[in-house]
Amino acid sequence: MNIFAAVGRVVLALLAETGRLAVFAWVGVSHLLRPPFYWRQIGQQMLRIGYFSLPVVALTAFFTGGVLALQIYYGGDQFNSETIVATIVALGITRELGPVLGGLMVAGRASAAIAAELGTMRVTEQIDALSTLSTNPHKYLVVPRLMAAILTLPLLVFIGDVIGIFGGFIVGTQTLDFNAGVYVKNTYDFLEYDDITSGLIKAAVFGFIIALMGCFHGFNSKGGAQGVGRATTNAVVTASIFILAANYVMTSLLFSS
Amino acid sequence: MEEAKLKLTDVHKRFGSKVVLNGINLTVPKGKSVVVIGGSGTGKSVMLKSVLGIVKPDSGSIEVDGEDVMRLPANRKEEVLKKFGMLFQGGALFDSLPVWENVGFGLIQGQNMRRKEAKEIAIDTLAKVGMGAEVGELYPAELSGGMQKRVGLARAIATAPEIIFFDEPTTGLDPIMADVINDLIIERVQDLGATTLSITHDMASARKIADYIAMIYKGEIIWYGKKEDVDHSGNEYVDQFIHGRAEGPIQMEILKP
Repeated sequence: MNIFAAVGRVVLALLAETGRLAVFAWVGVSHLLRPPFYWRQIGQQMLRIGYFSLPVVALTAFFTGGVLALQIYYGGDQFNSETIVATIVALGITRELGPVLGGLMVAGRASAAIAAELGTMRVTEQIDALSTLSTNPHKYLVVPRLMAAILTLPLLVFIGDVIGIFGGFIVGTQTLDFNAGVYVKNTYDFLEYDDITSGLIKAAVFGFIIALMGCFHGFNSKGGAQGVGRATTNAVVTASIFILAANYVMTSLLFSS
Repeated sequence: MEEAKLKLTDVHKRFGSKVVLNGINLTVPKGKSVVVIGGSGTGKSVMLKSVLGIVKPDSGSIEVDGEDVMRLPANRKEEVLKKFGMLFQGGALFDSLPVWENVGFGLIQGQNMRRKEAKEIAIDTLAKVGMGAEVGELYPAELSGGMQKRVGLARAIATAPEIIFFDEPTTGLDPIMADVINDLIIERVQDLGATTLSITHDMASARKIADYIAMIYKGEIIWYGKKEDVDHSGNEYVDQFIHGRAEGPIQMEILKP
């Protein structure tokens, strides 16, 4: 009997948390479209979430492109590999690995930072103070982070795509002795516009998830330093899981036709 | 009969099974200073946060100038909340902003004032709490506890609010700095002609800044009267509290060794 009660409590808690997240997301999205807009805050967040994540995303993309080239070459049929490596690196990076790995890296960096910052603001009553200063905390804190992440993630991923393909090119031409001109031509010939845009659409959705999870867990943190730590961990874990789940759903939708 | 600026009637609030406000009734006359005393966990902070809309009461009414804020539409409620300023117990200063921007925050974000103009007012307000213009360029982390309280006070009065809340204004300060803060509160409130509601454990502070004192116990106001009457209230709970005695009707939940 106690087992049923325990399971019931967990299910109810999960449903309640899901409901809270849905309401929080709805409030955030509804404020995204309504003035006032805090442009200074949005700019600051674009710097923090986008610009300062660039080195992490660039390094991840470069090594991923390089490793992908090696794996395709060693694991596949080495006959005709000059065409296959270039093609699969380009498609793999733009369609999947660029947005997913970029999203996960930014989730680890930005989602944690957002949750820690807002969590500290929550436990030190700074969020309450905003309300007493005629400022809506959702508008001032959540909207700029959502907007910045939605706008900067596609840019980051686009740069990551270029660097990832470049990583494959470097390994292909320097280690595997492919002809540089042929590698570039194969990449260019097989890569289609939709391959790139599908990855960028995914990146925008991942940006929304990253900022939403950071804000949600930070906003709802309680219990001092331990609570902030828990919020930070939860933000990264939930953002990562939602990114992987959303990636599956979007891949199904975008490539089913 | 004095005109009521703020009136709480039968306000209830519970968190889960824990009853925090159990039918609060409190009237704050216009232009007067009411101090609510009471032990930790008796509902003082939740009472203030209920008025400000940070916590949503379960039932009852909260009238500001005769308007029940619990039943007002959101936009009208925002207008009413502009009448309030608040000094938080821990200061709740925004640690990402310099001191002057903390003080001018309500002017810039709440009243859309230009930053240059808001900075001038912020520096003037800092002077009113005994701080030089150079402090305006510092960040909250660079200030002592007493300075943070004074900046918090400057922020609370910068928008010239009609009603000011003080949450434990002297907690954590040495007796001399506590008295400085008390004097500043009295002076600045007289300047503004504001109505104030304070909560504190500090009887010296309560005696100094109050016109009326109320005592809260287990989520109810159990005594209310002029500050001159607090020493002969005839209420054994009030007597125990103001004399700081361990013995009496108020029993702390402490396990005896």
